Amino acid sequence: MTFNNLNINWGHAIAIAALFIVPMVATEYWMSVIVLPVLILALAGIGVNFLTGYAGQVTLGAGGFMAAGGYFMFAFAMHGDIRSFPLALLLAGLATAFVGVLFGIPSARIKGFYVMVTTLAAQFFLSWLFIKVPWFYNYNEVPNVTLPPMTLFGFDINDDPVVKYYFTLITVLALTWVATCIIRSPIGRNWMAIRDMDTAAGVIGINAIKYKIIAFAVSSFFIGIAGAFWCFIFLGTASVRSFTIERSFQILFIIIVGGMSSIRGNYIGAAFIFLLPILIDYLVKTFLGPILGGSLDSATLSNINKIIFGVLIIFFLIKEPEGIDKMVRDFTSRFKNRPLTVKQNKT
Amino acid sequence: MTLFLEALIGGLLAGTMYSLVAIGFVLIFKASGVFNYAQGAMLLFSALTLVSLNEFGFPFWAALVMTIIITVIGAILIERIVLRPLANRNVMTLFMATLGLAYVIEGMAQGIMGAEIRGFDVGIEDLPIFWGDILISQFDLVAAAVAITMVAILALFFNKTRIGISLRAVADDTAAAQTLGININRIWQIVWAVAALTGLVAGMAWGARQGISFTLSLVVLKALPVLIIGGFTSIGGAIVAGLIVGASEALAETYIGVHIGGGIVTWVAYFVAIGFLFYRPSGLFGDIEIERV
Repeated sequence: MTFNNLNINWGHAIAIAALFIVPMVATEYWMSVIVLPVLILALAGIGVNFLTGYAGQVTLGAGGFMAAGGYFMFAFAMHGDIRSFPLALLLAGLATAFVGVLFGIPSARIKGFYVMVTTLAAQFFLSWLFIKVPWFYNYNEVPNVTLPPMTLFGFDINDDPVVKYYFTLITVLALTWVATCIIRSPIGRNWMAIRDMDTAAGVIGINAIKYKIIAFAVSSFFIGIAGAFWCFIFLGTASVRSFTIERSFQILFIIIVGGMSSIRGNYIGAAFIFLLPILIDYLVKTFLGPILGGSLDSATLSNINKIIFGVLIIFFLIKEPEGIDKMVRDFTSRFKNRPLTVKQNKT
Repeated sequence: MTLFLEALIGGLLAGTMYSLVAIGFVLIFKASGVFNYAQGAMLLFSALTLVSLNEFGFPFWAALVMTIIITVIGAILIERIVLRPLANRNVMTLFMATLGLAYVIEGMAQGIMGAEIRGFDVGIEDLPIFWGDILISQFDLVAAAVAITMVAILALFFNKTRIGISLRAVADDTAAAQTLGININRIWQIVWAVAALTGLVAGMAWGARQGISFTLSLVVLKALPVLIIGGFTSIGGAIVAGLIVGASEALAETYIGVHIGGGIVTWVAYFVAIGFLFYRPSGLFGDIEIERV
């Protein structure tokens, strides 16, 4: 049985319900340091997935656009005096989308790896901009910013972690639903046509330039919102250092591991990529720590992490290019299809 | 005028470094269509290996020979373990596999040989020389000479040797080359080994200039605009584009950067590349692809 109009099946309904009861059953550490960042990264993953998974344009600029989301939100709150959190968030998303369009324009002429250079330009230019233009950090001594007190329909968004969690959860779920709708609309279908072969898409009358630029806009909107969440809900402050090129890679890895062209995959990938280092950290410290003694420092750990990550990426690309999402699908379909029968179309 | 010439010449010479890095990319891209993000990691790995062996007590030449052997073995392993299972996948998948590869190589290089910055002394003193009023770094001149020598060797290798000619055949038309009995896996191994060795040369040149550290593996990000401007398939293009990028970075920093806060070298190259793309979507010397449905 499914809720057809919302495209939710029982598995998803249970997962969503579990996310809603997290604040009631889990400690604050689990809620704010484990589940919350995974949700935000999943949202950023959806944004990158629009562009890379659906429209076929590899992007290495996610970090830059996340930073844009954070700093734009601060600009609207501080300089624009907009103290409603949702409104400032929306405006930040739209402003990031506009920047995304600017950097998407060159993709009208170029494709493939050549698009990567425009996203790298965005990454490095935006990080530079938010450090070098003092207006963006309100002429502080360091380019880090914190939001002024904000309002959220009468709730306390500034101090209460539970309110923060629910606001993030509801926004992320709502945007996920929007994402599903976009993917199933003509826009999403046209993206996939362009991804699979843009010449052929052009031949059947799809305006590839227009849809590529739409992809940049929608993608940047989602990434910008995720960036604002990352700054002001998860970290509490915006700083360019949290959005280096490493962040762009992290989000690209989320969609590779989770599953390109899959919405659910972003959640799986985000959980996997965010939690794996924590798990490795824990396992190495518990099992290797006593053997190695004092020689186990954070540099060694980060190197071990890097190697495991790299191996996993290669493994997934070789064995399961469609990511963990495909594995989940294969696994559940085993139970759905028992006993194994040849499906016949009912006429 | 002196300022202009100094910035231009300094930039052009620094640009030869970019060219050195970019050549490694072009070799692999030509032969196998892989955009090898791990080139920077390979560069770091080989330079670190050389320095570590040298510090370990081996004389420079012995360390160099050992590094070459290790690099070639590494290239062959990469072909066997990563590329062969991914044969015939689309180019983006291959690119992302090299991303993973870069992580593995970086992790191993730093895990085994340490992450601190190593000095690397090749025995050239970096005394500036004056040419009229213009100051030129002697070191950059040597690096430029190395780049030119390497290109000459590669040109000979590609045009005169049997392996070089089969490499070009594979680059031209993989399927046709295979029907003629060229062992494509062997060719890939050779190409990766040659690219890794150019990486070693580039790593030595960069390392001698600014020490060997993790930042070396990030030069790939700088090589990307070079490749874009020159075209992914042309060694000559990589050289010209390296010079363009080097010169435009130096000039932009001198004339524009000072007015808007400096530090613009981080992104100038990408904007120059985008500018070129508007006029030449396949780069200056790249092959223009004709697509058929």
